[in-house]
Amino acid sequence: MSLRARNIGLFLALGLTALASREADAAMAYVSNEKGNTVTVIDTDKWEVVRTIKVGQRPRGIEITKDQKYVLVAVGDDDTIQMIDTKTNEVVGTLPSGPDPENFAQDPDGKILYVANENDNAVTIIDIETRAKLADVSVGVEPEGMATSPDGKIVICTSETTNVAHFIDTATRQIVANVLVDSRPRYAEFKRDGSELWVSAEIGGTVSVVDPVKREVKTKIRFEVPGLAREMIQPVGINLTRDGKTGFVALGPANRIAVVDGITHKVTKYLLVGQRVWHMAFTPDEKYLLTTNGLTNDVSIIDVAALKVIKTIQVGELPWGVTVSRP
Amino acid sequence: MAPRRRSALVRCLATFAMMFAVTALARAAEPLEIKIGYLRSPESKAAISLLDVPPEDDGIAGARLAIADNNTTGKFLNQRFVIEDVRLKDGDDPAAAVAALAARGVSIVIADLPADALLKAADAGHDLLFFNAGATDDRLREEDCRANVIHTAPTRSMLADGLAQYLVWKKWRRWLLVTGSHPNDKLYADALRRAATRFGGKIVQERVFEDTGGARRTDSGITQIQRQMPLFTQSAPDYDVLVAADESEVFAGYLPYRTWEARPVAGSAGLVPKSWDPAYDQWGANQLQNRFVAMFSRRMTERDGNAWAAARMIGEAASRRQTNDPKAMLDFLKSPDFALAAFKGQRLTLRGWNLQLRQPILLTDGRVVVSVSPQEGFLHEVTELDTLGYDRPETKCQLK
Repeated sequence: MSLRARNIGLFLALGLTALASREADAAMAYVSNEKGNTVTVIDTDKWEVVRTIKVGQRPRGIEITKDQKYVLVAVGDDDTIQMIDTKTNEVVGTLPSGPDPENFAQDPDGKILYVANENDNAVTIIDIETRAKLADVSVGVEPEGMATSPDGKIVICTSETTNVAHFIDTATRQIVANVLVDSRPRYAEFKRDGSELWVSAEIGGTVSVVDPVKREVKTKIRFEVPGLAREMIQPVGINLTRDGKTGFVALGPANRIAVVDGITHKVTKYLLVGQRVWHMAFTPDEKYLLTTNGLTNDVSIIDVAALKVIKTIQVGELPWGVTVSRP
Repeated sequence: MAPRRRSALVRCLATFAMMFAVTALARAAEPLEIKIGYLRSPESKAAISLLDVPPEDDGIAGARLAIADNNTTGKFLNQRFVIEDVRLKDGDDPAAAVAALAARGVSIVIADLPADALLKAADAGHDLLFFNAGATDDRLREEDCRANVIHTAPTRSMLADGLAQYLVWKKWRRWLLVTGSHPNDKLYADALRRAATRFGGKIVQERVFEDTGGARRTDSGITQIQRQMPLFTQSAPDYDVLVAADESEVFAGYLPYRTWEARPVAGSAGLVPKSWDPAYDQWGANQLQNRFVAMFSRRMTERDGNAWAAARMIGEAASRRQTNDPKAMLDFLKSPDFALAAFKGQRLTLRGWNLQLRQPILLTDGRVVVSVSPQEGFLHEVTELDTLGYDRPETKCQLK
């Protein structure tokens, strides 16, 4: 090879690396659009839609793998979980869930996936790397919310019609406790230190704060928005800051996010967002919180420090879930 | 007492104590059983459309699905739900059937009975808790209300109000009201008149369709009907929508596409107000519909929906209060802690003054759900669901 050709090769390689790293600089948000059968990719530096990925039918639960290689999206009507390669933004594989997967959680190492299959009252346990199903655990009717404890020992599954949060021991894969919460529990989230488990009840209109050691409800967070009927306040998504000091609860058709003091469990503020707000995700620096607004087909961006909505971004039809990559 | 005899006695006592302990342990592990009776009378098979002929297990299938779900929950809470189907024949005494159920340890009854039979049943079982999943009669929630009867079926006035709100929203205010000649048709017409007055509809004229025992579903039927219906609706004053009250399935189903003027039909045909519909899929209802079809290989009817709600309420009360006692269950269901997740987009609760389940009303055309009432803008100081049917200030009900 001539010197010149080698130089051109080197130049090209450097150029490609620069290009790739520039793209990877921004944290990307991935939004599942339940009716649009797409995933919208948003650049969180520019707050712009950069890509729309066609996926399977009825995409809902969505999460990026811990190694940042894949975005997993549960496509319920296709009875599977699709894997989107974060480099190419293309669907490159599937994971073997049960029928109608809705939501899922990874273990802290990012090796095991726990999937709630809404239609067959079971949680499927999947090895992410080998893409093999390890086991099924029978749970209550219409399992939905999934969360793993920070130490990885317990996985939580909430059953919407059974109204309980099941505690599943990850070592034995057996249910070890059932905590009764309010009607139609939708979502579960641990504090990072494992001291509390928050469970939202859409129809009950509350968030139960569960003591994960005693496995009982220690308090309930209630919501009240002046001028809004109690029936319209339907808590769904929950996100807690890393320090556990602030919780954000999406209130569905109340079109608001409740800001909750993580210590006193009192609501400090309501933020008006789009219609039927469902799930949320922080940017990695926790400066911003993205919310999916199902009926207005958009995503609201909340400035976490200022507690203000700073922007709204149009996405696909009926946005459901959102996850954000680490650059 | 000789030492040997004493030791024999001690041994005997010890064995007894052990046996007792074992029984007690077994008792503790034994699930709490909730026994439900399902009391129903023969349902009329008369229907203008074959699609509307009720299946054999109409209603109870909904209860069975809810009980299957309750039992899945029961696995985790150590509860077991069982249901016993009792089918009354013409002339059977509902009071005797209730007595027989009570003798078998049943304390909760889901009833799909006409109004008078329901009252006989309820009055024969004062200590039992009844769920009315069939009768839409307003009087059962008003002057004839009972402290031991919860109603999951909506009333005629709730159905009529749900329809009227939509018609008024649509600005179809002028109604031609056509009523059948049977008593239930007249009660439905009463509810529709009341709804027109409440929400600003105007009944421009009323007509009665006499049931002369004519040829329903005969070979020559269509020809007759095609001539009869335009004539019957001829020379009416200007109207926007024909509203039909025909619970007896005599004529309303023949009205769409056959009216003299090109007008939509609502009420007992066309746009029909219902508590549940096989085509309904909103707010997660799809999941319930899927479970129903998987279990019964048919679609879920309105009657199934009412019975489902009743059995789910029993499940809620049993799981929240850890009880099978009907009084404790009723207390819970009347309390602010109770909320039923019934795939209607909001929590369903009980009207404490007459034990009617509050619920949105679906408006369906037989293919799709066109709208869900209460409509936007019909406001209420307590809950917008109370814009449907008789409200607290106007109730004639006095429980106990």
